Amino acid sequence: MTSAETEYQHPLMKAYWAQLDTRFKQVEDVFEDLMAEALAILGREELHHYLDAARIIGKLGRGVEPMLAFLEEWPSVVKALGEARTAPLLASLASPQGGALPASGRPVDGEAVLPDVMAFIMKMQKSPNGKAITPFLQTLAPVARKLLSREQMAIYLEIARDLMDRTTGSVHGHHTTFPSPGLPWFYAQAPFLLSQLTLAGLKNWVDYGVANYRHHPERQEDYFNLQSADSKAVLQRERHGTLFADVERKLDLYLRGLWNDSDHLVPYSTAFDELRKPVPYYDKLGMRIPDVYDDFLLPARPGGEDTRISGLDRYRATLAHMVGHRRWTTAQVADNWSPFQRMAVEFFEDCRVETLLCREYPGLKRIFLALHPQPREGACDPETTSCLRHRLAMLSRALLDPEHGYQDPTLNDYAARFHALLAGGPADTAAVADLALSYVARTRRQSDQFAKVWFEDTVVDYRDDNRQMWKFIEEGDEEDAFDEKRKIEPGEELEGLPPRHYPEWDYKSQTYRPDWASVYEGLHPRGNGNHIDKLLLKHAALAKRLKRLLDLLKPQDKVRIRFQEEGSELDLDVAIRSLIDFKGGATPDPRINMSHRTDGRDIAVMLLLDLSESLNEQAGSSGQTILELSQEAVSLLAWAVEQLGDPFAIAGFHSNTRHDVRYLHVKGFSEHWDDEVKSRLAAMEAGWSTRMGAAMRHAAHYLGARKADKKLLLILTDGQPSDVDSQDERLLIEDARQAVKELDQESIFTYCISLDPKADEYVNDIFGRQYTVIDNIQRLPEKLPELFLALTK
Amino acid sequence: MSSTDKEQYKVRKEPYYQAQGNEVALFEAAYRNRLPVMVKGPTGCGKSRFVEHMAWKLGKPLITVACNEDMTASDLVGRYLLEANGTRWLDGPLTTAARIGAICYLDEIVEARQDTTVVIHPLTDHRRTLPLDKKGELIEAHPDFQLVISYNPGYQSLMKDLKQSTKQRFTAFDFDYPDAALETTILAKETGLDEALAGKLVKIGQTARNLKGHGLDEGISTRLLVYAATLIKDGVNPVEACQMSLVRPITDDADIRETLDHAIDATFA
Ligand SMILES: Nc1ncnc2c1ncn2[C@@H]1O[C@H](COP(=O)(O)OP(=O)(O)OP(=O)(O)O)[C@@H](O)[C@H]1O
Ligand SMILES: [Mg+2]
Repeated sequence: MTSAETEYQHPLMKAYWAQLDTRFKQVEDVFEDLMAEALAILGREELHHYLDAARIIGKLGRGVEPMLAFLEEWPSVVKALGEARTAPLLASLASPQGGALPASGRPVDGEAVLPDVMAFIMKMQKSPNGKAITPFLQTLAPVARKLLSREQMAIYLEIARDLMDRTTGSVHGHHTTFPSPGLPWFYAQAPFLLSQLTLAGLKNWVDYGVANYRHHPERQEDYFNLQSADSKAVLQRERHGTLFADVERKLDLYLRGLWNDSDHLVPYSTAFDELRKPVPYYDKLGMRIPDVYDDFLLPARPGGEDTRISGLDRYRATLAHMVGHRRWTTAQVADNWSPFQRMAVEFFEDCRVETLLCREYPGLKRIFLALHPQPREGACDPETTSCLRHRLAMLSRALLDPEHGYQDPTLNDYAARFHALLAGGPADTAAVADLALSYVARTRRQSDQFAKVWFEDTVVDYRDDNRQMWKFIEEGDEEDAFDEKRKIEPGEELEGLPPRHYPEWDYKSQTYRPDWASVYEGLHPRGNGNHIDKLLLKHAALAKRLKRLLDLLKPQDKVRIRFQEEGSELDLDVAIRSLIDFKGGATPDPRINMSHRTDGRDIAVMLLLDLSESLNEQAGSSGQTILELSQEAVSLLAWAVEQLGDPFAIAGFHSNTRHDVRYLHVKGFSEHWDDEVKSRLAAMEAGWSTRMGAAMRHAAHYLGARKADKKLLLILTDGQPSDVDSQDERLLIEDARQAVKELDQESIFTYCISLDPKADEYVNDIFGRQYTVIDNIQRLPEKLPELFLALTK
Repeated sequence: MSSTDKEQYKVRKEPYYQAQGNEVALFEAAYRNRLPVMVKGPTGCGKSRFVEHMAWKLGKPLITVACNEDMTASDLVGRYLLEANGTRWLDGPLTTAARIGAICYLDEIVEARQDTTVVIHPLTDHRRTLPLDKKGELIEAHPDFQLVISYNPGYQSLMKDLKQSTKQRFTAFDFDYPDAALETTILAKETGLDEALAGKLVKIGQTARNLKGHGLDEGISTRLLVYAATLIKDGVNPVEACQMSLVRPITDDADIRETLDHAIDATFA
């Protein structure tokens, strides 16, 4: 079949297919699936670039593989590198405020990756390394998941390019060129390597291989495929410090626990920016911190002991400092101040927030003081050098460290004024800015303008770049143009039953909107059930552990209840004991009967799965999507409940406006956990939004009809209720909350398992105390069944 | 029943209770109208203390029953005992309370089995009666009698949720841990620890409460903070007192322990 013969029902699909302009049958087979995924992730503009790029790759003359690999991997790459902002058009539109500050001079975040990737592919194509394009594309998504930012991806491409350049070429003086023998292996190993090393480490590892085996094709292969001993040894050597990935949860707990704050933590690479060492910062996309911190060793002053600050504590100091700004700093208008004045204001304000932080947790002081440089008084010669940085760094030290020992009277005067300012309370940014400006004026020297600047001992590396401290009037506060890229939805229709209508709660008017949401239900399509069996096999050890718990809960057909005053039979043992007591003049225990009851476990359980598109996202650094992990978790749970024999149903839901809420049966109460059910679970897909209230009401409609003592509705979700036609965020949250209340009236116990790290902001409003947030999604497969068991114990 | 009986249930000394809002006045209003009261809240937040305080304030006897899974209706209502010359009926605590006009406080009612819970139903509506089926007696509750139950919704267990039909018979107070200033006052007044130290303990408590739902099912209760304060007052090193009474009891999750330990170190540096 050729593209010309293909007829897509939907006009958009037709257009996409035409844009791809390909005759590959293998692509055609999966095109709709691919588009479903791409549409869920990419914006309009990006989709366009995506298809263009795929077309070009398809025409490289390297068969279908590279094109397929690209089509499959790219959306995940975009996802992993941050919210879809790869399209040049959008990247230029969205200029995060503060992104291009002269004060910090960092590159505008959000440069597009796709052009870089395409340029790199073309470079491979033109070199003898065209065969490496496919392996490159095949691991691009897992690599992106390790790198997590566009800057890091650019460095990865740079490392690969370097490896290619240096290992391609003439071997033993031949004039023909040869492809790099190690390159395809390198791509294959890249995801693993990046799970062990920072980019800096990876670079060193590559350098070693190139330096030693450039002229030994076979040994080069072994090296880059991690087969040779020295390859492994260098890998070990390059592992050092505290990797962000290893302490991510601890840092999250630290932020939440100690500071009641939380944000997306995004690592950046420490080793590649030659011009300017990257500095921590935060913006609306998250808090940026280094991908690794080595322990910091402060040599002892004579007679004392060395101070060691662990990598973890360095991360904590960095985060705490940002928290300080987030709590206490108000942005100042920068236009009227010179760069020197701004620098001074930043130093003073940094010290103010740190002083306040230390008031919260005095223990922080030890860490700050160890990490803060101690510039030597008089080290900088103002006759020859610009000493402003040096003066400010000394002052900064003095503001934090009462034992600074500096003699300079002006410095001491300003330290005293600073402490006086903060004595009565937190003061504010404007107040320390005044003090800073006055300090600059008082200490100004001609030489401050010199080109030669004193840097030594003036960099406080746990401090962020202060981009949030400034606002510029000229630029104006343009809203980000995110609205432009509304997702496009495939226009399929669910056949079958007519919709059921449910009311929706309008919290503003405190009334129901009658028949507001239309719920279409249907059987979930089927896939390959073997897949689920494989997942279960993977968790065999966990299943074994669960089995032990299950056996404890399993209903024994008849349970004897002893010590009853009334019962069906006399309990002889007890009766005789009572009689003896009685004869002996003591008060006998009257509970001498026993009775039987068939085990009291009478619970009907319904599991409602949020199938909105965010499930396609990566779950941390696992290399799996949330959807895949949910599949595993649900399989385990279903298996466990089947063992217990509780009536159990599973359904998924998603929505595309109130007119189209989909409710998909995966398992009915009367069905067993069999191949049919497994095949539906295997086919589970994610897309669209989360109109939770409607889905809950529909689930309640089934659960309510069960005859059971206890009815449990479990909701597994990764985000807050929302839908494209609902602008007011609260609306669907309040509706879901109302639905929980309705269900409670019907004696249905609702319990939410949230995978959204930001769930605290709303989940409590909806579910009261009946929820758990699973931060570490990778552990969902074991958590979900455990939670169920705990709930029903 | 003789009045001496009644006296033994009176709360003689004022139990220290720090109000969080106007719950004292509201409870008095509920009592004036003999409405049954349910006190909800996480463990160790002062529910029992509140009820003791109210009983003292109202000058009514208080009969407290700590409920548990094995408790049967007879444990509440009463039973026949065998004696040398026949049988003798012994009132259960609920019956006693209904007879003498006490406030009957069923602590942690969710722990009791549901068939046990239903015996309180006739006492909670306009009937205000308690049928003693075995004895063939119908008790009219004393005019002073009031039923109070407590309940921790944080157990998060379907099996330990109250039936709707039970819930709907009570007026309810929703308690939570007090805010920082109040909790500091409570620790200081309760144990005699100075306010500065008490404030630090409260801060650590809040660290743990911020982690609720992120690996902790419940934060650190006021009760545990009182324990820590008591130990410190007794001369125990604050860091050790906190580890022992605040961290070790609540979690085995290594990351969370490390975070809490760090908070303790950073607070007492
Ligand atoms: N508002 C308060 N005023 C005075 N003391 C309080 C207050 N809240 C808590 N406490 C202290 O906390 C301790 C625990 O409180 P209490 O025993 O009342 O908790 P509870 O809510 O009944 O807990 P549980 O649900 O575990 O029974 C009390 O002994 C008291 O020291
Ligand atoms: Mg109590």
